Amino acid sequence: MCLSYKYVKKFVEFEGGKGMSSKVTRRQFLNYSLMGVGSFMAAGMILPMGRFALDPLFKDAAAGSDIQTSIKVSEITEEPTKVDFTYNQKDAWYESEVTEFAWVYKEGDKLIALSPVCKHLGCTVTWAGDDGNPDKFFCPCHNGLYTKDGNNVPGTPPRGPLDQYEVGEKDGFVTIGKKFENELVK
Amino acid sequence: MLNRIYDWIDDRIDITPIWRDIADHEVPEHVNPAYHFSAFVYCFGGLTFFITVIQVLSGMFLTMYYVPDIVNAWNSVYYLQNDVAAGMIVRGMHHWGASLVVVMMFLHTLRVFFTGAYKSPRELNWVVGVLLFCVMLGLAFTGYLLPWDMKALFATKVGLDIAESVPFIGEWIKTLLAGDATIIGAQTLTRFFAIHVFFLPAALFVLMGIHFILIRRQGIAGPL
Repeated sequence: MCLSYKYVKKFVEFEGGKGMSSKVTRRQFLNYSLMGVGSFMAAGMILPMGRFALDPLFKDAAAGSDIQTSIKVSEITEEPTKVDFTYNQKDAWYESEVTEFAWVYKEGDKLIALSPVCKHLGCTVTWAGDDGNPDKFFCPCHNGLYTKDGNNVPGTPPRGPLDQYEVGEKDGFVTIGKKFENELVK
Repeated sequence: MLNRIYDWIDDRIDITPIWRDIADHEVPEHVNPAYHFSAFVYCFGGLTFFITVIQVLSGMFLTMYYVPDIVNAWNSVYYLQNDVAAGMIVRGMHHWGASLVVVMMFLHTLRVFFTGAYKSPRELNWVVGVLLFCVMLGLAFTGYLLPWDMKALFATKVGLDIAESVPFIGEWIKTLLAGDATIIGAQTLTRFFAIHVFFLPAALFVLMGIHFILIRRQGIAGPL
């Protein structure tokens, strides 16, 4: 704006600027002062806007609680069953009900729930979706295969086993909790 | 360190003449507040530009959260102001800057008028300046609707009624601006958004470019 670099230079020349070479010269001092004030003003603009833009990185993940489903535990067999679960999702200013599902089956008395999200590129896997593999999860996008415990079959695209859900029982119905890394496969 | 990086680049592509041509030019004594304090009135143009830069930057960041849709616009503004860190500051910069830029521009216009700087051979730059004034008021008008609160809605109703009062073509202007002959709603908001963030800023940048190039070609007007 009005106070230009040229003005500083002129001012220093006008004052002579000699005999102070051993220390910081007047010109250096003024230059540093200008740069300091300029940086301060720039930071005052950039920092709030930067923090504003980076906000998603600092948002806390929503705490999930166990979600009741409409599937009775007694209906679950050793064959993986699709169990829908619905929860309220708050997406910034938009709130909605979101329905996802898990593949749930019994291993003896124990309930096991697997996420249907393929570990290759995030498509949805289906139990026995491939006629040639009636005892495996199948991903139609790139023919990924998983065994019943979620382990990815070597030689197919997925890079890891299917995630697990915490699964429980409440009043005879299946409940679905948090997602975590598969612990059935070692 | 910075000096060495600068020298390395300068040795190869000779950038010094470029920035010298843009930034390193004489500020005449009669416009320099260091010599005559009253010359601070010559700062208003630069201040207008400075605030315009803040408006452009803060506006760019606001569009990361804002949606121009009648269902979500107000909620998105509420969210970005109250739930996003520094949202109050960034929206505040845009809000207060909008008023301040009009004030500064007005003071700049007064300065040019009363120092007679618009006179020959600088009439063209005065014309460009008046166009800039119109574009800036257009930005202020269209931006006012975007938060989609009651104040914005009724201010825009009034503004559109004023547009409608233009003889002969008033109704066409109003319908074009609002996107509908009777409703001020979904299409009004999207239109105002498009005008506010694409059309008018484009015009603003072109006019500012001409404004500054003309200043450099013609030099700063002499003292009173």
